[in-house]
Amino acid sequence: MALQDKDRIFTNVYGFQPWNLKAAQARGDWDNTKALMERGQDAIIEEIKASGLRGRGGAGFPTGMKWSFMPKESKDGRPSFLVINADESEPGSCKDREIIRHDPHKLIEGALVAGYAMRARAAYIYIRGEYIREAETLFAAVQEAYDAGLIGKNACGSGYDFDVFVHRGAGAYICGEETAMIESLEGKKGQPRLKPPFPAGAGLYGCPTTVNNVESIAVAPTILRRGASWFSSFGRDNNKGTKLFQISGHVNRPCVVEEEMSIPFSELIEKHCGGIRGGRDNLLAVIPGGSSVPLVPASEIWDAPMDFDGLKAVGSGLGTAAVIVMDKSTDIVRAIARLSYFYKHESCGQCTPCREGTGWMWRVMERLRTGDADVSEIDMLHNVTKQVEGHTICALGDAAAWPIQGLIKHFRPEIERRIAENVRPELSEAAE
Amino acid sequence: MLSGGVHSLMADRHIEPDSPELRARWGNFEWTAANAEQAKVIVGRYPEGRQRSAVMPLLDLAQRQVGAEENTQGWLPIPVMEYVAKYLDMPVIRVVEVATFYTMYNIAPIGRFHVQVCGTTPCMLRGSDDIMAACKGKGLKKGHTTADGLFTLTEVECMGNCASAPMVQINDDNYEDLTAADMERILDELAAGKQPKTGTQLPGRHTVEPAGALSNLTAMVDANHDYRGEW
Amino acid sequence: MPKVKVDGVELEVPAGATVLQACELAGKEIPRFCYHERLSIAGNCRMCLVEVKPGPPKPQASCALPASEGQEIRTDSEMVKKAREGVMEFLLINHPLDCPICDQGGECDLQDQSVAYGRGASRYHEHKRAVTEKYMGPLIKTTMTRCIHCTRCVRFSEEVAGVDEIGALYRGETMQISTYLEKAAAHELSANVIDLCPVGALTSAPYAFEARPWELKKTLSIDVSDAVGSNIRLDSRGREVMRILPRVNDDVNEEWLSDRARYVVDGLTRRRLDKPWLRRDGKLVAATWAEAFDAVAKINPGSSVAVVAGDLVDCETMFAAKKLAGALGSTLLEGRQTGLAYDASNLAAVNFNSTLAGIEEADAILIVGSMVRDEAPLLNTRIRKAVKKGAKVFIVGPQWDPTYAATFIGDDLAGLGDLPAAVSDAFSAAQKPAIILGGAALGKGALGEGLAFAEKFNLVRDDWNGFNVVHMAAARMGGLMLGYAQKGGIADLVAAAPKMVISLGADEVDFARFAGSMIVHIGHHGDKAAHAADVILPAAAFSEKDGTYVNTEGRVQYAEQAVFAPGDARQDWTILRAMADALGVSVGFDSFEQLRAAMIAEVPALGVEGLVDYGALPAAPAGAKAEGVIAGYPIKDRYLTNAIARSSPTLQRCSAVLLHGESFAEAAE
Repeated sequence: MALQDKDRIFTNVYGFQPWNLKAAQARGDWDNTKALMERGQDAIIEEIKASGLRGRGGAGFPTGMKWSFMPKESKDGRPSFLVINADESEPGSCKDREIIRHDPHKLIEGALVAGYAMRARAAYIYIRGEYIREAETLFAAVQEAYDAGLIGKNACGSGYDFDVFVHRGAGAYICGEETAMIESLEGKKGQPRLKPPFPAGAGLYGCPTTVNNVESIAVAPTILRRGASWFSSFGRDNNKGTKLFQISGHVNRPCVVEEEMSIPFSELIEKHCGGIRGGRDNLLAVIPGGSSVPLVPASEIWDAPMDFDGLKAVGSGLGTAAVIVMDKSTDIVRAIARLSYFYKHESCGQCTPCREGTGWMWRVMERLRTGDADVSEIDMLHNVTKQVEGHTICALGDAAAWPIQGLIKHFRPEIERRIAENVRPELSEAAE
Repeated sequence: MLSGGVHSLMADRHIEPDSPELRARWGNFEWTAANAEQAKVIVGRYPEGRQRSAVMPLLDLAQRQVGAEENTQGWLPIPVMEYVAKYLDMPVIRVVEVATFYTMYNIAPIGRFHVQVCGTTPCMLRGSDDIMAACKGKGLKKGHTTADGLFTLTEVECMGNCASAPMVQINDDNYEDLTAADMERILDELAAGKQPKTGTQLPGRHTVEPAGALSNLTAMVDANHDYRGEW
Repeated sequence: MPKVKVDGVELEVPAGATVLQACELAGKEIPRFCYHERLSIAGNCRMCLVEVKPGPPKPQASCALPASEGQEIRTDSEMVKKAREGVMEFLLINHPLDCPICDQGGECDLQDQSVAYGRGASRYHEHKRAVTEKYMGPLIKTTMTRCIHCTRCVRFSEEVAGVDEIGALYRGETMQISTYLEKAAAHELSANVIDLCPVGALTSAPYAFEARPWELKKTLSIDVSDAVGSNIRLDSRGREVMRILPRVNDDVNEEWLSDRARYVVDGLTRRRLDKPWLRRDGKLVAATWAEAFDAVAKINPGSSVAVVAGDLVDCETMFAAKKLAGALGSTLLEGRQTGLAYDASNLAAVNFNSTLAGIEEADAILIVGSMVRDEAPLLNTRIRKAVKKGAKVFIVGPQWDPTYAATFIGDDLAGLGDLPAAVSDAFSAAQKPAIILGGAALGKGALGEGLAFAEKFNLVRDDWNGFNVVHMAAARMGGLMLGYAQKGGIADLVAAAPKMVISLGADEVDFARFAGSMIVHIGHHGDKAAHAADVILPAAAFSEKDGTYVNTEGRVQYAEQAVFAPGDARQDWTILRAMADALGVSVGFDSFEQLRAAMIAEVPALGVEGLVDYGALPAAPAGAKAEGVIAGYPIKDRYLTNAIARSSPTLQRCSAVLLHGESFAEAAE
């Protein structure tokens, strides 16, 4: 059974209708938000916990639990902050953009409700710099909310003061990592911090901070309105709710669509995307959760439930639910090598294994693409990915390692074929 | 051939060197009246004593002002970075760190239109090679500005438009669902001083819905639909 | 005090310790590059990875992880070995194989650790990264291809020196360390980044290709370029000191050294007085020792003798001269060459009583007439630490950039009697208030008013003495202890119009005031005093003799001889001993040991290494009132403050480039 429109949270995800406050209110946003807040902070957190909502930014940490880590009162006068991660930069991911440009009020209302629940004095929405028009919309929507008294002093008449600020990034994937985002918000290079301390203890300006993904925050008001049991009626245990899937690559109709968690891959593709380009048999592999997760070959992905556990079971992950589909015309080594270039380009340079390893891995990948390598270098590359994975300050190192590991695991014969067929470059290529 | 060489997909970034000419042109940089107001608004978003947080938006503001003054996309000459550092009372080296870390700050002169073709895998799968080739066919060269100063071509990393790939961002606008022909037309229109249609270039598509066969939210197409009655 | 297990051995570690420190306490060596005890934790090199349970199933950076109760730490597991090999390999793939031409060779952390923890062979077959050199001024030579991005230099500049001028530009594998616009690192502590750099990216430019570490003899010494008494190591080869490095002394210089102290080294071999000289017909002519002592004997001054001690001399030299003058019947001794005449009857009143380390605890500091950065660079870093902990600093005197937040409250000393409310409020509320009087204040007679301030704000309390004087001369406190102070200062010597003035390296004296005296100069450099001298007796520089020094906080420290004085030059005490013979008197010692024993017998405190107890502060003199405007500070050129420094090509170059903006053409290399 597929998700019905009435159970979709992001009803204007395609932007058929205006994003503005009036239109948003007509769709049900900002509907007596005061009443939601009057339930009390702990009740809101409990409701979110009960809904089974897991963070939509990739790691899937239970959202309600994350909120509960925030101090209930400030012992030393430090305020708390909510930072909303709209630095959507993971290749394949393009859902937060749609929320921000077509349904920004869901995000702003969510910011208030979540910020109130975690006793924050303000939210900073960190939107990636390249979302220029999207940021314009967001700034305007925030202003609408201020003008209507929905946020700011005595937000929604609740008696609670809450500010929402928008902060634009300027081109750095790493700022999607929560502590890098905090550094960036403080006006520094986006280099991840060491943990501990964790942001809930010392985050933005040294104050308790929670960083949440746009989607995690934007779904909160609807969960509160419709109840935890409604949200948790979708998806398998431990994988509850609805989710924005983003399907790109070789499907007939790439799109962003809100669906039930745990929907089988095949159903997602057939129902919304018009199937694989050239038919099911033409499917080669899928990267089901954005560039950081290992690819899954056609045979294993077809029936897999699209959720945290289902994709883990096939050696990959849900990530941001950015589904990159590759048919048999794909140069699979190049597809992954291009991701290796991405990680090399986006490494902040702070810690050794990532700074040095991403460049090394990409260069070897480029040679594997053309076959200009020795067969033994496949294992060496795999070993290098293992030397990066788990040795870095943040998860970018892991993210750079996993796609390559997935490629070697599933497409080693293809790599070996290229090496075998390669004409030695020194014989054919002019000296440079 | 030092780093990357033949494999390099994007020219390494380098700060435009300081020079007497640069000082003469930009040494007296200061906010326009409107931007002075805007700068105050921006600094006001951050807590007292945390004005350094405003360095990113102010560098963007400065870059745009430079762009407006010289009719380009804008960039950050060294004296302008110094101005921002002074404005925020922070060491210049920290401003330069920020300007060189984030790719959207242009640290060398740039053309009227900054053509940023996404080349990451989702766009690559949908034909970004053709888009890049179309740009090259029009005389654009990666990492360079055309002789007439009109176009600077850069291959950029994933821009988050993957469900409407391939795409290009030119200055503040995105052009999505591109074909090579679309790309050529857009460049021609820009060169002719026209504003091309932004967003998806696929006929009949609105944004990121399944094109041509809407699978959900059909009631939203013509009017705002309130689903609450069906809860 | 959490208990942890390191490689199976249980031990208790101090609360707040990191896992790395716990491992060290357990006697385990943890390799590291970015971690440095005196800098913030960066955790970026990843070399210190260890296995920790409980925790995620991956190795943890031990430098950044707090040790906590019940942790099981492994430094010897397969996981740790692999992690170290991996990090080592990554550090080396883009590091050049240029050790044979790298000055860091032999004392390179990367070399040492790759031998100990590396794999032995490279699997990297791609092109290596090349990074252009960055100009960082006349002291720091850069070879940035060798940089491993540990950011120690960045953190030192920002955190310790307080001069934000080094940054890591760009990102990822193209990240580069640079100063802003490749300008010279222009502060007084810049060369410490050379010591901090764990590889050969930042090396000493003047020392380039001069020596290998294993050729050098290491001698423990004390810096004489200011009154801090920084602990140093003289690295010498044959008769030449090749370089000067800081030694660790947490009470004094921690492990830093000012550029001035480090780079006087090439002044030690230049403009040396290496034979006696006599003035004949107004001109100096070379002489033999016998001729020189004959000339001294001919002066035949009787008791009409005065001794002026220079800034660089050791206590033994001053004591020997004192004995000589005494044998001749004179007590005209003075070390304050430029005319200072503050009351030195109670040395507690002219001492830095808070101590250098202690001033970090102060929460309100009033600096009167001291440009601390020039006068005592490593005191300034301490004050900076106090400010970081919340201290409020106020300064009386002309403006300078202190590197920390400070309020200048004018340059008129009259202001001391009429303090702004902000100052009196801060001092009333302070737990550990402190005043620091500099030479410019002492010169204006502000000592009494400083004592009055100390009384008013109760600067001396249980376990705290906030009254401080900062001196600039390494010889000052020792000299004062030995009686080198007349009531009226050097003016008393001038008034006595002595027949003979003995200059102990007194290169800052205006000898025109002694026009009627015969000047016998015992010194090591052809500097100001030599030009005025009638007899020059070539002596030993601080590196060429054992000696006792007392720093501005009254800390007695001993320096050792590293090399021999050049040519015919002799150690100062032997010269004074021979002069006694020439003048027909006895000083009562025939060896250095006898001299030192006699000195300690007279001033026992000089025989005990460490802080001298000068007793309680005197009461402020009644009606003490400071007046006048502090127009400037005594040091006009921070690099050229003494005779050795003025002879140093490197410091001359620093002065020209960094203070006077001259550009030197880089010599072709």
